[in-house]
Amino acid sequence: MVSEDRAVRPTPSQVELDRRTFRKKQDTRSILISIVSTLIFAAVLGFLVVGSPGWAVVQEKFFNFEIGAEFFPRILKGLWLNVRVLFFAVIGVAIFGSLLAVARTLKGSVFTPIRLLAAAYTDIFRGLPVILVLYLVGYGIPGLQILPRMPEAFWGTIALILCYSAYVSEVLRAGIEAIHPSQRMAARSLGLTYYQTLRMVVFPQAIRKVTPALMNDFVSMQKDVGLISVLGAVDAIRAAQIAAATTYNSTPYVVAGILFILFSWPFIRLTDWYTARTQKREQVGGLV
Amino acid sequence: MAISLTRSTKSFAKRLGVGAMATVAALSMAACSNGSSGSTSEESGESEDIQAVEAENTSDADALPTVVPGKFTVATGEPAFSPWVENDDPASGEGLEAAVAYAVAEQLGFARENVVWIRTPFDTVISPGPKDFDVNLQQFSISEERLEAVDFSSPYYVTTQAIVSLEGNAGADAKTLADLKDVKFGVAVGSNGAAVIEEKVAPNQEIGVFNSNDDAVAALQAGQIDAIVTDLPTVLYLQAAVLDNGVVVGQFEPVEGDGDEFAFLLPKDSGLTAPVTAAVDALRADGTLDALAEKWIAEGAGAPVLK
Repeated sequence: MVSEDRAVRPTPSQVELDRRTFRKKQDTRSILISIVSTLIFAAVLGFLVVGSPGWAVVQEKFFNFEIGAEFFPRILKGLWLNVRVLFFAVIGVAIFGSLLAVARTLKGSVFTPIRLLAAAYTDIFRGLPVILVLYLVGYGIPGLQILPRMPEAFWGTIALILCYSAYVSEVLRAGIEAIHPSQRMAARSLGLTYYQTLRMVVFPQAIRKVTPALMNDFVSMQKDVGLISVLGAVDAIRAAQIAAATTYNSTPYVVAGILFILFSWPFIRLTDWYTARTQKREQVGGLV
Repeated sequence: MAISLTRSTKSFAKRLGVGAMATVAALSMAACSNGSSGSTSEESGESEDIQAVEAENTSDADALPTVVPGKFTVATGEPAFSPWVENDDPASGEGLEAAVAYAVAEQLGFARENVVWIRTPFDTVISPGPKDFDVNLQQFSISEERLEAVDFSSPYYVTTQAIVSLEGNAGADAKTLADLKDVKFGVAVGSNGAAVIEEKVAPNQEIGVFNSNDDAVAALQAGQIDAIVTDLPTVLYLQAAVLDNGVVVGQFEPVEGDGDEFAFLLPKDSGLTAPVTAAVDALRADGTLDALAEKWIAEGAGAPVLK
């Protein structure tokens, strides 16, 4: 639209041209200042870190390439366990979280006990620290001896599903409740049942509304799979801890940290991209 | 290849009862401070000889490059547990490590009241930067790899790795190493246990690696693992005081040249390494260390060596 307008626009006045020159100058100046200030900041930071009396020691303790390379395969093998746990946990959370969200949004007084139960569940499990749930599930439930001995990762996955279903169900509930009642009314007046309305009209829109929040929970869970090590499973974090205890060097932690970042980075970017796209679509006309 | 785990067993076996123990510790500290103030008043009534001796000791100790001049700062675990420190109260001098620490302090010329106890988690030992302890004492075992990062005194105690299990568990009545093939083992992270199991048993199931022996105990009680491997004194303690139906399956032969020697850990290139080592050597030579080990640790009681 700018190019179309330009054809018919009269030549700007000298005052406007001066203004433009001034603005351009200001822009250049601010860019230069930001470059210089960034460089100075980096230099000061670098000087403080590298020039600090303990830098040589810190470098040796945290960025020791040899030790990092030596233990990399084991940490990577541990990360594979994290990936598998995440895979099953996501499936479990998707199912259980949806059921909880639906349970909390059920209308009708008959369903009061179910609503209350679901509300109590989300209250409890959003309040409990994940690591506590891991301890309680991982050391408590096996003691009941209902199931034969399962791998540590199995109980870790169960604990993660219990915790994250509570978060995810709240997000989904927010999405469901954000759907305008007219949508439901329209659907019901077309002859759809309550369940059909939920499945075909409400749920798809709700999920679309809360996708950024869901992806945020996903990224968060991606890190929390590292907590299963408290149950004795040798995942990436535990592998790094073993390596650190062997060498009295912290480089393995840095290696594990980098691997975790690399592992979650694609999803973080995807989330940001999706959020931006949704915002663009839903807020046509732009922000003020 | 065996995962080579060589940090000493930091087996905080008593964490299960932290609440109760904190109370006990607080009470016993109170009792202790009463006791010491009592003895001070007795001493003050006595001649100047003691004061003279103390003054001499202090001047010796002042020459040492300690973190706090004139004080000997000893770090231990939180909580510290039997038989290393009784009742989580190192200042009482009860328990092998508490007793050894006071014996070494005496050798170095520190009066008893100039020994200061602090608590450190494992990470503060390996993290770079200035340290707030002179020596750290929590069953750290000597290994070549660790000597790159920290200093050790000569050992004050030598142990072996042993297995504790529950009656009826797989391998609980094992007589040979071969009987342990199908046992699901658990160890504390950084302990020697995993390396020893890998080398001697090479079990069919992956070893569970826990944050501490307490977590391993919880897993054992929940039936998630069959047995725990840690140093012999801790195994005896777990069997006697922590586990119902606990069974000491046996102990491993010492691994050649690998850290079952517990020593004082010092910051790298500490000026105290030589004096502390000399003190430990002197205590070994005059039989004090053996006597203390005899007193605080039931030496190898009922733990057959598995071959």
